[in-house]
Amino acid sequence: MSAESMTIIIDGVEVPAKPGQTVLEAADAAGIYIPRLCYHPSLPPGGHCRVCTVKINGRPFNSCTYPVSDGLVIENDTEELRHMRSSIIEMLFVEGTHICPYCEASGRCELQALAYRFGLPAKTLPYFDKPRQMDMTHPDAFIDRDRCILCGRCVRASRFADEKSVFGFEGRGANKRIAVNSKTGLGDTQMDAADKAATICPTGSLMLKKGAYTVPIRQRLYDHKPIGSDIEERREGKG
Amino acid sequence: MAGEQASVIEQIVEQHGRDRGRLMDIAHAVQKQVGLFSEDTIEAMARALGIPHADVRDMVSFYSFFPRTQTGVRTIRLCTCAACRMKGMDAVASAFEKAVGASFGSTSPDGTISLEHTNCIGMCDQAPAALVDGTVLTNIKPEDVEQIVVAIKEKGLTKPLHGTNALGEAELNLRQPGPVIFAPMERGTGLRAALNMAPQDVINVLNKARLRGRGGAGFPTAMKWDLCRKAKGDAHYILCNADEGEPGTFKDRVILTEHPDLMFEGLTIGGYALGAQEGVLYLRGEYEYLLNHLNQMLARRRRLGLLGENICGREGFHFDVRIVLGAGAYICGEESSLIESVEGKRGAPRDRPPFPVQKGYLKQPTSVNNVETLCCVARILEKGPEWFSEMGTKDSTGTKLLSVSGDCEKPGVYEVEFGLSVESLLELVGANGTQAVQMAGPSGQCLAPKDFGRSISFEDLPTGGSVMIFGPQRDMLEYVKHFIDFFREESCGWCAPCRVGTTLMLKYLDRILEGNGTQADVDRLADLCQTIKTTSRCGLGQASPNPIFSTLRSFRHLYEQRLRPVTGSLPFDYEKAMRIGCESAGRPLELEGEHV
Repeated sequence: MSAESMTIIIDGVEVPAKPGQTVLEAADAAGIYIPRLCYHPSLPPGGHCRVCTVKINGRPFNSCTYPVSDGLVIENDTEELRHMRSSIIEMLFVEGTHICPYCEASGRCELQALAYRFGLPAKTLPYFDKPRQMDMTHPDAFIDRDRCILCGRCVRASRFADEKSVFGFEGRGANKRIAVNSKTGLGDTQMDAADKAATICPTGSLMLKKGAYTVPIRQRLYDHKPIGSDIEERREGKG
Repeated sequence: MAGEQASVIEQIVEQHGRDRGRLMDIAHAVQKQVGLFSEDTIEAMARALGIPHADVRDMVSFYSFFPRTQTGVRTIRLCTCAACRMKGMDAVASAFEKAVGASFGSTSPDGTISLEHTNCIGMCDQAPAALVDGTVLTNIKPEDVEQIVVAIKEKGLTKPLHGTNALGEAELNLRQPGPVIFAPMERGTGLRAALNMAPQDVINVLNKARLRGRGGAGFPTAMKWDLCRKAKGDAHYILCNADEGEPGTFKDRVILTEHPDLMFEGLTIGGYALGAQEGVLYLRGEYEYLLNHLNQMLARRRRLGLLGENICGREGFHFDVRIVLGAGAYICGEESSLIESVEGKRGAPRDRPPFPVQKGYLKQPTSVNNVETLCCVARILEKGPEWFSEMGTKDSTGTKLLSVSGDCEKPGVYEVEFGLSVESLLELVGANGTQAVQMAGPSGQCLAPKDFGRSISFEDLPTGGSVMIFGPQRDMLEYVKHFIDFFREESCGWCAPCRVGTTLMLKYLDRILEGNGTQADVDRLADLCQTIKTTSRCGLGQASPNPIFSTLRSFRHLYEQRLRPVTGSLPFDYEKAMRIGCESAGRPLELEGEHV
């Protein structure tokens, strides 16, 4: 078999793969949805959320960073992995302070959409209840760290797509948080509303200030179809 | 910022060639000369290096030893590891708070001394212990504290130490030297033997000796070197991991004090075998007091032609070593985090593949080896693989250094042959009535007496060297909680399951220890542990639930004894909560029937 035509097996289904692809990319192309949160197709993978964990030849790996090779046997939609993913999503909910009922991002929030997809009705884990700082210093955008899941998308988007490095991390462990490239706040950075980073946040943490309700709630992306259905439709489309 | 400080920073950055990759060295120099990493300091560093402010903050804010809020002139860091706790850390802590006039996490009113807690500083055999900036204090007794504080205020305790502490009390505690690590050596013998072979043959010799990595994971050294050697790259690197941070481990401290030459010899042999010209010794920040001593050793080896150009007269073999000092981050003992730190970044682990042997330091093939492993390499080349593999067991050849601490008569470092039973070790170190042995630190497992017949070896009980002994009087669950708290503090925060999960494990343990836990909490905790173990990015997160797993296996009764029987459907103690509520409201207690 030539290196150009590889096959990997996901939950028993043979999936074509190309050299240089990750497992997640190959699955996406074939219309198989591997749940993910910190991954974004236009950015290098970060490996932060671990929601896309799959088992490769029996061992757990992160599918957004794992390069394909011919014959990989992958478990994705198993009860064990669904349970762990749902556990991680719940961890992210209790770590932050999420205000779904009145959040501007409700209905297009990927964290919320995943919770619905996984059927998480209510939290069972204890909340963190931690005070966090907001940053309202920018005229067009704000950061609410209560709703940040530290996925690092804004950090990567600003660095690789906008070439600005407006965002970075600060601290470690439970004290890790999103920081900005200035002594004072977002208002003193090169952040612009047209930046890729400005609209890349999967939750309601980094938001543009104007037009939060231009699309009414109940008419938003995940109000009608569960997250991941766009990918799954590719497979159904192929028939 | 004062112009003077900005020019000091400018000068430091200039001295380091304006190289962003040397941010670790730069930050240490800034810490010494400026002290505080204020936003102004960070801005000055960023400007001098020509990199974003956010990048410098990202890096310095990661390390415990780079302060970002005002501290005293001197900082006393009291070790909080299990051995220090067993030997009276709490009483010493109170004595320090009284003598300094400040509580832990704050600074004395006159601004001279800050008190902080720190994780294991590798002085477990001489506990309780503390670091005073680069100096170490051991065997601290509460009654000595006042005198120590006076000495720090008056004299500053700034002298670098080697094998002893400021009060001249620290000991090496090398209780049992063995034939591999602590036998006398003649400088250069192993290296010359290696240079008489082709590089590939050096690897073959290690393969024949069946040498496995001494950090704990036990990966075959020959295989690691072979993969690294054969990986394509512009350059190859070998890094020595002297970041032993696993609580209860201090064997590298003794090697680096007594026998650093043997380690440097192994590192140089590695340079030859891998075709590397540059080696790095990553020394944990807690061992800063060894830095001068190690630099002198390197200088001597250069003078003797054992480092530098055309080593031992071998035309074309150039190799040198530089030391990078860590800054208080356990995670940097994980090889990919260590590489990130050497590159001047936060010590966040990398996803694999690619493995460091394919893409490591500066994206080039890199081998990261433990201090003790490199010592074994030098000795194997000197004495031959057969001599080495005759010791130990089939899958664990040679000897192993054990750092023994806790409830025993003779804590210290022991070089033993692999295959020794836990029972025999306990006898050797003078431990009686042992309740539990924490093997391989918090990342390892908690052994009950039924396990004491098992053998210390890769095939049965692997360990990086940490052996903590708990006598019958110890409350094991308290230590489980400290271990989890250790992981919580040391988690890098990159991935969700470890960052969030370590705090959650602690919350459940607190609930159980306070007597508010139920069987459902234990089940939920065990389930959470499984998710953290399976989905975390690196070994730290994956191992962080081990203290809970292994005590649930061997000491389940300790949990069950503390559980609250479930009455009614409420997830808390209704009567207790009502009593607290009514008391605070000043109302008489009224309990309603259905929940009671």
